[in-house]
Amino acid sequence: MQAARASAAARLADMGLPGRRDEYWRWTNPAPLLAEAVPEAEAFRVDTPIFSDLPKVRLVFTDGVYDAAASDDPKLAGVEVARLADAPEWAAGFYGSLEASGQSPVRRPFAALNTARASDGVMLRVTGKAARPLHISYRQSSNTSEAILHHCVMLEDGAELTLLETGTAAARANLVLEVEVGAGARFHHIRPQGRSYGHRLVSAIFARVGAGALFKSFTLSMNGRLTRNEAMIEIVGDNAVAHIAGAALGDGADGEFHHDDTVFVTHGAEGGESRQVFKKVLRHGATGIFQGKILVRPGAQKTDGYQISQALMLDDLCQFLAKPELEIYADDVKCSHGSTTGAIDETALFYLRSRGVPREEAVALLVLSFLADAIDEIDDAAIAAEILARLQEWLARHRG
Amino acid sequence: MLEIKNLHVKLQDEDKVILKGVNLSVGAGQVHAIMGPNGSGKSTLSYVLSGREGYEVTAGSATLLGQDLLALDPEERAAAGLFLAFQYPVEIPGVGNMVFLRTALNAQRKARGEPEVSAGDFLKLVREKAKTLKIDAEMLKRPVNVGFSGGEKKRNEILQMAVLEPRMCILDETDSGLDVDAMKLVADGVNSLRDAGRSFLVITHYQRLLDHIAPDVVHIMADGRIIRSGGPELALEVEKNGYADLLAEVL
Ligand SMILES: Nc1ncnc2c1ncn2[C@@H]1O[C@H](COP(=O)(O)OP(=O)(O)O)[C@@H](O)[C@H]1O
Ligand SMILES: [Mg+2]
Repeated sequence: MQAARASAAARLADMGLPGRRDEYWRWTNPAPLLAEAVPEAEAFRVDTPIFSDLPKVRLVFTDGVYDAAASDDPKLAGVEVARLADAPEWAAGFYGSLEASGQSPVRRPFAALNTARASDGVMLRVTGKAARPLHISYRQSSNTSEAILHHCVMLEDGAELTLLETGTAAARANLVLEVEVGAGARFHHIRPQGRSYGHRLVSAIFARVGAGALFKSFTLSMNGRLTRNEAMIEIVGDNAVAHIAGAALGDGADGEFHHDDTVFVTHGAEGGESRQVFKKVLRHGATGIFQGKILVRPGAQKTDGYQISQALMLDDLCQFLAKPELEIYADDVKCSHGSTTGAIDETALFYLRSRGVPREEAVALLVLSFLADAIDEIDDAAIAAEILARLQEWLARHRG
Repeated sequence: MLEIKNLHVKLQDEDKVILKGVNLSVGAGQVHAIMGPNGSGKSTLSYVLSGREGYEVTAGSATLLGQDLLALDPEERAAAGLFLAFQYPVEIPGVGNMVFLRTALNAQRKARGEPEVSAGDFLKLVREKAKTLKIDAEMLKRPVNVGFSGGEKKRNEILQMAVLEPRMCILDETDSGLDVDAMKLVADGVNSLRDAGRSFLVITHYQRLLDHIAPDVVHIMADGRIIRSGGPELALEVEKNGYADLLAEVL
């Protein structure tokens, strides 16, 4: 583990911290993520935490520190659970390995920094079908807390796990998740990020998806002053499926909202299917960024790659910047991407109102309609229903 | 029921005048038909009555059951009992037909100070109405009008009408693009809703729909005006001779 941290520190020293001149940091200013003093962010009080009624094993981190008293007994059939500090041998070898290989072709300084300095995290080895979802629940109690958390998930061949990751980790957080999905394994990740208005977050998912395996990750972002969610997903075995989706909602009336999804999907094997579905709902001067790439390596024939990024602007003051990229070195592939920016469809709005649905409610329905493709990426109906309920709650708070 | 007096309408952003003094009075329980060439302003009339943006009423009035329609928002007009079956029903991906209908029904009930319909009662109500229109459970589950055939969309409009139980129903070319069987389903749906307290304004190009939905009065619209009104025989005359003779008469 010490070796992994040391080599990450060396990587970081080598590549340096990100600046506005970096190609993938042109639209998002990394300075607040690097500032010595943590910018203040008030914690968001939630009446009923999401997924309250769902059977699960919950591990709580408060301001970036594992909170045993608030957590469930970390015992789950089919899963070996350990803390970063007590990392078992497999984890010591795995920790930082996907982050290291994910540094090329684009450098990810925050992730290297995370590997070097992470203070806590969960190490999960999934040996079978997990009996219940594992839930990493973040809580923020201090307005100036900082968290650097690093989680590792190793799914052995044929194993299955649903990982829930919820809440605001700290006023400022740097989160890394490394996931190895073995042959025929299935991994579902659902991540409603915390709703504090002021938090600043940089996160990175590094995943390797093996033959016939499934990787699906869905993120819901509501509020947050600065969010940079990166995902580096590599298909390494034939006929694997990798889907990554995000729904982000921001209202500048609550304070600044800047949300950035930066995704890199690599097809390194045959017959892979990848989907990137990213939707942003922006109001009152909110800003959305999407940088998404599909790289098809030589020999990755029969690849089916898809990417869509869309913004719905609820007024004229918002901004959406998108940079879709395809880089293809195989000839027998199907890849497409699209990006759109639009307002509420007036015809649809009139249709709903003509049926008696008041304007505000009709707008909310059309926002849900806009987000539907992203929410459809959640396979579990009960989880999708909870996400939908949160969306409706947000929309009800942000009317007029 | 519906009283339209000297209605003048222009496009909001252009100087184009579309309706040039429409007068129309539909009594309770009556069925009126409006026929007329393309571009004569029939759809515009239906949009202006239901409150679509983009039009400006420069003169005249329209009331429903004595209430000034033009002063109301579209949703208020719906709650007051107005319904427009769209010429081109709108697709709304990601919003289930049932969710949409229930939201609409309960919103109207709420606006009228009536209690909301429970999920169970609503399901029963919709299933029963859907049966007559041969709309199956699968269609009810799908997103609003998404992947529906032309005929399915029109039947879905009539289903909404049946569930919302409006007082004044405007059907804008609901028969267009329907085969004979689908048209019969639509006509049966409309006829089953005919009631002494409910009126219909049926916009159509074809006599054949009026064979099934017998109108009390037929109006011919041309260039933003109603140029002739008469009994059902007027529709037969149009069917036989086209609009040329009628237009020539007024010019
Ligand atoms: N929103 C609009 N923008 C531009 N022209 C319009 C608009 N609405 C209606 N019109 C014009 O007004 C006239 C009447 O149209 P419409 O009411 O659709 O006629 P109909 O339904 O009788 O075929 C046509 O010339 C049409 O092009
Ligand atoms: Mg028309």
